[in-house]
Amino acid sequence: MNNFEPIIGLEIHVELKTKSKMFCGCNADYFGHEPNTHCCPVCLGLPGALPVPNRRAVEWCVMLGLALNCEIPLLSKFDRKNYFYPDLPKGYQISQYDKPFCVNGWMEIYIKDVISNEVRNPGSIAAVKNIRFARSLANARDDNGSKKTIRIRRVHMEEDTGKLLHGVVNGEKCTLIDFNRSSVPLVEIVTEPDIRSSDEAKIFLKKLYQIIRYLGISDADMVKGSMRLEPNISVGIAASPSAPRNDNNKESELPSYKVEVKNINSFNFVKKAIDYEIERQIEILERGEIPKQETRGWDEKKGITYSQRSKEEAHDYRYFPEPDIPPIRWTTDQITKYKLQIPELPDKKLKRFIKEYGLSEYDAAILTEEKEVAEYYESGIKNYELRIKNEKVNITPKIIANWIINKKVNISRVTPEELVKLISQKQQTVQIDEKELDKIIDEILSDNQKAVNDYKAGKTQVLMFLLGMVMRGLAGKGDTALIRKLLEKRLQ
Amino acid sequence: MELYQLSLKELIEGLKDKKFTRKEILVSFYTRIQKINPIVNAFLTVIGGNNWNDKEGELSGIPVGFKDIYVTKDIRTTAGSKVLENYIPQYNSTVVQKLVSKGATIVGKTNQDAWAHGSSGENSDFAPTKNPWNIDYVPGGSSSGSAVAVAAGMCPVAFGTDTGGSIRLPASFCNVVGLKPTYGRVSRYGIIAMASSHDSIGHFTRTVYDNALILNMTAGKDPCDATTSNTNVPDYTKNIKNGVKGLKIGLPKEYLAKGIDPNVEKIFKQVLQKYEGLGAKIIDISLPHTEYALAVYYIIQPSEVSSNLARYDGIRFGNDRNRFGQEAIRRIMLGTYTLSAGYYDAYYLKAMKVRTLLIQDFKKAYEKVDVIITPVSPTLPFKFGEKTDNPLAMYLSDILTVTMNLAGVPALSIPGGFVRGLPVGFQIVGPNFSEDLLYQVGYAYEQVTDWHKQKPKL
Repeated sequence: MNNFEPIIGLEIHVELKTKSKMFCGCNADYFGHEPNTHCCPVCLGLPGALPVPNRRAVEWCVMLGLALNCEIPLLSKFDRKNYFYPDLPKGYQISQYDKPFCVNGWMEIYIKDVISNEVRNPGSIAAVKNIRFARSLANARDDNGSKKTIRIRRVHMEEDTGKLLHGVVNGEKCTLIDFNRSSVPLVEIVTEPDIRSSDEAKIFLKKLYQIIRYLGISDADMVKGSMRLEPNISVGIAASPSAPRNDNNKESELPSYKVEVKNINSFNFVKKAIDYEIERQIEILERGEIPKQETRGWDEKKGITYSQRSKEEAHDYRYFPEPDIPPIRWTTDQITKYKLQIPELPDKKLKRFIKEYGLSEYDAAILTEEKEVAEYYESGIKNYELRIKNEKVNITPKIIANWIINKKVNISRVTPEELVKLISQKQQTVQIDEKELDKIIDEILSDNQKAVNDYKAGKTQVLMFLLGMVMRGLAGKGDTALIRKLLEKRLQ
Repeated sequence: MELYQLSLKELIEGLKDKKFTRKEILVSFYTRIQKINPIVNAFLTVIGGNNWNDKEGELSGIPVGFKDIYVTKDIRTTAGSKVLENYIPQYNSTVVQKLVSKGATIVGKTNQDAWAHGSSGENSDFAPTKNPWNIDYVPGGSSSGSAVAVAAGMCPVAFGTDTGGSIRLPASFCNVVGLKPTYGRVSRYGIIAMASSHDSIGHFTRTVYDNALILNMTAGKDPCDATTSNTNVPDYTKNIKNGVKGLKIGLPKEYLAKGIDPNVEKIFKQVLQKYEGLGAKIIDISLPHTEYALAVYYIIQPSEVSSNLARYDGIRFGNDRNRFGQEAIRRIMLGTYTLSAGYYDAYYLKAMKVRTLLIQDFKKAYEKVDVIITPVSPTLPFKFGEKTDNPLAMYLSDILTVTMNLAGVPALSIPGGFVRGLPVGFQIVGPNFSEDLLYQVGYAYEQVTDWHKQKPKL
């Protein structure tokens, strides 16, 4: 039997959350607004209008490239991608062809244990937790087998299109165009075909999502369409079962076809679409045929992909340099400046949390999942450091981590200051118990020898009396459950 | 003398000295338009009545015409094409806005070859403009209406676009001064794109001084056009009287090769003699890649045209695509072909490499000389219908002008004389952003000739 091996590459579109659009001053925050209220001659493609690139968007594209370990060529340019569609007002999309802003990057993902864990507990919440846990384990062991590098071919800048709305106006079926989204900045990330399973794809995408959110350049909200996913899938035949092809430099051995699945809007759907495609393609290959090179759509209701456009119908986009925008030339100083603007990214932060705060991999992974939580945590630590000086309380970073992770603190409501205050109050209660409890219990027991004897004789209800006495001795500050436990132990 | 016969400078000074009023000027020009336009068809839209701009400024009371490729808010803009027969823009192009804010009154939108494709004006979808010097002859194109409007005294200033010679050629055929500025000197924003990397935004006037005066108002960086330059905008009239003594004028041998009408050559030789008489040095030079320029232009230009015309799909504005004329269709087909997969490298990419060589030709030449002069057209103005059946012959009209568009350098077309009552011009070509020098050189010639004072008899 053949040893089939999926070959997967990803194309991801991300809308940047700049204030204005890519080539004009219109408000780029279009979601949920009245159609055609965020438009001007430029994004409507009116005669004579010209594009002027949004500096911030270009900078963010470069920063994303740097975060993905890309090289930033010192010369870059925009190109026109010519095709007809009613939502494309100029008849071409301004994009980048042969000189993108960022090239030759890579991202590391942690993979091996994830799969086994997820397979063990498919779909459960535990499985989700296990992903983090497994990742931590993998990371801790620095096990090469579970760490994988996915190469990034390019990250480039382009503009979004308008949107077609199909409706009924005056009783007549028609298609309307909303240009609010037209020319919103869009970054496209293209990986090399280094991904070998739907799980790897999903892990890659989640990590990309995390990095984008860390950079603060997009909400990457898939429901709103600000992150759109397109896997390219084919199935090859691995050299031998014992030596699966997992190195990254064998493009020459790539299958002769590929299937692109367009515009998927969730990580789970990407996973399902890839799994569906792998199965579909293997079936064809087992019949001795080669799957057709084509673009397919994803039907989320039926959980299947369907043919949209074959290779023969593929567009010739007639790319050529955009004459309305001069080429962009960077200096190495500028690139260095952008590098310095990149915040600490998840992998680095996770390692630092472990080292600096003595956290477990598991805790560090959860706390660094989102930048806001990580920042909240560190802000809490700064606060507790102050309190240590002032009030001699005994809080550790581990304790703050536990509170955030286990007690699910609402970080938008409780400030780090308030949280630390809360923890230290609780801590003080516990402290009294630890230091004075034994002494007080000793006193109460020796002062109430009759009750002790009654208890030992079987009248266990006197325990409540003793408990009350201890609580009184503690001025009501004690933890009743703990005291009860201690009393029972002493009375055995 | 009628007010419509005065130059811009004379009108502005006369207003200052209260010799006449703004209203008198405008009435004089409107009356002239009413009388002459039915004969020459220079304006596609005349904005009559009392639609005068009452804004105070340098150009208050001055009538100005715009080629119908400049978008004008609330004023129909057709680009000479039936596709946009009823198109009314939502905004003003930058240049229109600059002029209007200085008080200029838009008297109308001028005729042109549809989409600026053409050298004779005959590609206009609204009947061609006629040459005021002889209405059996073409006025040159594509900015035909603007050249004729100035030549025939219908306005002292009119705007055109020059993508391959579309200002200089009609200026030469109509005996007016026409500037193709450096690419990026004047904003393209709001001017319907023909071939974006060539389109240069210039104007026609009756004198060199007037021309400089207008460039003072249009030149400069536009935040709406990323290809405009930050290069300082001087006062273009400042050094205009400095003369040409000791100036080195390059004479490129490639521009006087075979194919030039002997009448044109004769006039051009007289121009050279005048300059020598004024103390300039004429130096033989070579622009070695010139012979490839027209071929390169007819690859890159239609490529850009094919993309720029894609938006005229009839979905949001304008009529549908079957209104495109033959020439537009020809260029869309050519451009689509040269950009197609498998042909791009052989055509577009190769052409872009030669374009770089053409730029270098000029750079090297300007190490030796200050400016270059050449004829504008290889022939005299021709008769209607003479070249319409042969697109290639029509394309050859631009053989002496396209190179400057490919290289981006500025060029000024100046009246140089007449042959059998038909005007012949020449062009002064300079390094990038040397418009002030071009004016200085052009002005010196104008002062010792009186071609610019001749008026067509209509």
